[in-house]
This record gives sequence, C-alpha cells and structure tokens, in this order.
Amino acid sequence: MDNPQNLLITGTRKGIGKYLVEYYIEQGFRVIGCSRSAADYELEHYQHFCLDVSNEPAVKQMFFEIRKGYGGLHVLINNAGIASMNHVLSTPMKTVHNILNTNVAGTFLFCREAAKLMQIGQYGRIVNFSTVATPLQLEGEAVYAASKAAVFSLTQILARELSQFGITVNSVGPTPVATDLIRSVPKEKIDHLLARQAIPRLGTFEDIANVIDFFIQPKSEFITGQNIYLGGVS
Amino acid sequence: MHDQIVDIIIREVEEVNKKLPNRVPVELRNNAPLFGTDGALDSIGLVTLLVAIEQSVEDDFDSPLTLADERAMSQKNSPYQTIGTLAKYIESLLGGSHG
Ligand SMILES: NC(=O)c1ccc[n+]([C@@H]2O[C@H](COP(=O)([O-])OP(=O)(O)OC[C@H]3O[C@@H](n4cnc5c(N)ncnc54)[C@H](OP(=O)(O)O)[C@@H]3O)[C@@H](O)[C@H]2O)c1
Repeated sequence: MDNPQNLLITGTRKGIGKYLVEYYIEQGFRVIGCSRSAADYELEHYQHFCLDVSNEPAVKQMFFEIRKGYGGLHVLINNAGIASMNHVLSTPMKTVHNILNTNVAGTFLFCREAAKLMQIGQYGRIVNFSTVATPLQLEGEAVYAASKAAVFSLTQILARELSQFGITVNSVGPTPVATDLIRSVPKEKIDHLLARQAIPRLGTFEDIANVIDFFIQPKSEFITGQNIYLGGVS
Repeated sequence: MHDQIVDIIIREVEEVNKKLPNRVPVELRNNAPLFGTDGALDSIGLVTLLVAIEQSVEDDFDSPLTLADERAMSQKNSPYQTIGTLAKYIESLLGGSHG
C-alpha cells in the first residue's frame, strides 16, 4: 500500500481478532488492537492497548492517542465479544450485564469514537460482528443472540446516520468457528447447529476475513447497513 | 479558561460558517446563538461543530474530552444554545476531570 490505512480491531489477544491482526498487517495496514489482558505477541506495524471496550474513559484516552499518533482512522472492526451458554432460568444478571456491556455498549462506543476520527477524512469503513445464533434462535444463547441482534440494529441505523461522512457500517455473522468462545458448547449442540446451515461445516478465520475484505474496500462505498451470514444461514 | 474556550469555539464556528447557508454571528461572542430557536445550525451542523470543538479543546488542553449530552437535541435546555452556554458547559467538563 502506498499510503497505508489505519485499521483498528477490538478483541485482538486471541481467536478471530488475533488472526485479523496478522492478516491485515500482511495486507499492508497499520493495525491497532485492544483487549482486557495484554497480548502475548508483538508485531511490526501493530500497537496494542489494554482496555475493556465498555470503559468509556479508557476508550476515549485510546482514541485521543490514536488521533495524535496516527492522525486519523480508516477502518474499525468491532470483533471483541463474549458469549455464555446457559439456560435462561439459571443465567445470573451479572452475565446479562457483562454480555450487553461488551457486545452492545462496547460496539456503540467504538463506532461513536471511530466515526469522529473518520469524519476528518470523510472516509470510513466499520464492520461489526453478529452471529448465526440470532437467526437460528439457538437455545442456551438467549442473551448472546439478543445482544448480537442489537448490534445489527445499531449497524443499520448508524449506516444511515454516518453516510453523510463517507462512512459505511456493515456486519458479518460467523457460523461456529473453533475458538475459546465456543469451547464450552457441547459437541452435539455444535453438530446440530452445523446441520442447519446450507453448507454444514465449521467456519474458518479466512471465511470471516473474506467478508470483511469486501466491506472495507474503497469501492464498497455503496454497500452499507448490510449483514452477511456465513454458511448460507439466513 | 473561559476566554480560551470561547476563542476555540469561535475559531471552529468560523470554519463551519464557510459551509453554512445561514452563518452564526460570531461577532456577538458569548451571545451568538448556535442551536435552538435562534440558532443557525441544524442538527448535522451542530454535531459536526461539536466534533471539531472536541478535538480542538483536546489538542489545546492535551486531554480527552467527550461532548455528549442528553439535552443535545432539546430546543430549550440544550447546552449548545449559544457560544456562551457551550463554553460554560465545556469548562464544567474540564473542571470535572481536572479537579
Ligand atoms: N467463535 C465463534 O464460533 C463465533 C461465532 C459467531 C460470532 N463470533 C463473534 O466473533 C467475535 C470474536 O470471537 P472469538 O471466537 O474470536 O472469541 P474469543 O476467542 O473468546 O476472543 C475474544 C477476544 O475479545 C477480547 N475481549 C472480550 N471481551 C472484551 C472486552 N470487554 N474488552 C476488550 N476485549 C475483550 C478477548 O481478550 P481479553 O479476554 O483479553 O479481553 C479476546 O481477545 C465475537 O464478537 C463473537 O461474538 C464468534
């Protein structure tokens, strides 16, 4: 890339987020990432911040430093997310608040602050994370699925509010991917879920990066407020 | 601090004025209406101005600032009615975080 774009990814310590850091550095982006715990890797063209995505003062401080250090932001990938497999009758309220804080409030806060930086250059690409658990009405994931339905609603409305600044907002909805997020979900449950997809296999990191690539390319300027589910789920 | 903030606001309003059909009469300084009944700004003009002011104040005071208020879009109680009310509001936010 002649003029490297600045790309911010949340939840980059492990899982999908970590893969995306490596992938987008390879594509020539300058990548900034964050997670609550420190990352156990260091890469050229990568800067890590330790914060909770729902902690407003910490997030604000990070964006302040990004503006001073990088001058602007081109791409935001709101990947940080948590889930919890539990029956509604045994789900503590603490879990409900944690999931909503990270998945919904965190996504909102990052969209708000990123849009302020993106409007400087009248250009921006935001990609949020939904999940097939929402359309498949996955039992045991009520709060998680609801939080991601909220993320899609945010995506659609922010797409409208931010269009005048040259910013698009879309979301990608992965099928189950082998990360810690689904480690506690029983195998039968995963198999049952895969059987309901048009293409019944686990998703890969590459499947997700492929959709993100499509959303964030400059020529996707007319694509906004959309969600793409993987595996043929609708 | 008040005058320094008013100067920042005027500087950013002058930028926005270049793009507006109705200009904000910055010569009225504190009394210049921004948003609301007599204000020249529509809601998009207002949010654009607020982001510019937020970043300018951050640069001058070297500290993060968030201009986000429940009363933003209210015609009556908005802290964004005039340059003076906005300056006071920013002062209170800076005072709050700096003790
Ligand atoms: N894996 C799947 O099957 C699947 C399916 C559909 C959708 N998704 C979505 O894909 C995204 C990534 O999931 P994943 O599978 O990669 O999960 P993961 O392996 O559990 O990783 C989650 C990442 O997010 C960070 N994180 C969690 N809460 C955070 C918070 N409050 N603040 C900052 N960072 C936080 C974690 O680091 P720290 O612990 O250090 O904070 C970690 O780096 C999520 O949005 C998830 O909902 C995943």
